[in-house]
Amino acid sequence: MIDKKHIGMKLPVYKATAETGQLRFFAKSIGETNPIYIDESAARDAGHPGLPLPPTFLFSLEFQIPSNAWRDELGIVTSRILHGEETFKYHRMAYAGDTLQFETRIADIYDKKNGALSFVVRESRVTNQRGEHIADLRSVLVHKNA
Amino acid sequence: MSQLKFEAVKVGDTLPPLEPAAITRTTLALFAGASGDHNQIHIDTDYARKAGAVDVFAHGMLSMAYLGRLLTQWVDQHQLREFGVRFTGITHLGHRITCTGKVVEKFEADGEQRVKVEIQTTNQYGETKIVGDAVIAF
Repeated sequence: MIDKKHIGMKLPVYKATAETGQLRFFAKSIGETNPIYIDESAARDAGHPGLPLPPTFLFSLEFQIPSNAWRDELGIVTSRILHGEETFKYHRMAYAGDTLQFETRIADIYDKKNGALSFVVRESRVTNQRGEHIADLRSVLVHKNA
Repeated sequence: MSQLKFEAVKVGDTLPPLEPAAITRTTLALFAGASGDHNQIHIDTDYARKAGAVDVFAHGMLSMAYLGRLLTQWVDQHQLREFGVRFTGITHLGHRITCTGKVVEKFEADGEQRVKVEIQTTNQYGETKIVGDAVIAF
């Protein structure tokens, strides 16, 4: 079981930038056809300063956090995890080249099925290089203990 | 892109569905690279079997990305306020999923006119894999 003492734990503040090429690759991988996610000039014609990060891409950026030390500290074994839930609340659009800061904390830990499953809830606040609030992410990870 | 008006949207309206191609190993390899999620359970059959799975299976976030496309082909992304899902089943190789959405509520919040949409993915056998909702502002 994942120890509840980790509730409230803050992860190191993490900054990341989505590059245009990475966004184009992501668009290809999900079969995206809307040119504003693929072609910079189409994005600009639509009034965007560059390629927008599509709705779920903030999760990908957060996933690329260089250190998985927090997972080790909680005792999370990668082969035992499933993604349970994911929620985004959006405040502003983010674009290729923006420096996005992730402030993440372990918001909750709870068990189900007599401890066979642990649930780890992670919440992240995302701001851009101007300090503007971009989004809030909430991820629920399911850990199979048995 | 979106010329859809709040007045024109009615509770019960359905979104134009999205039907991505069937999931292949290539789909998963590309998504692993593009999304940065390199968890071997999605790309390495040997690893997946050792971990007790029948084979590699799709990233939940791949299906959520498809649902994102469902939403942004209906309205501009800047109108999206909330987007949340629960992963209730595994999407396997060969599954052809259909993303669907239905307007369930029209309301006002934070001085905006908004609609709530229920969304889901279902495979070709009628099994629902992901359920969730989104809030869109007009």
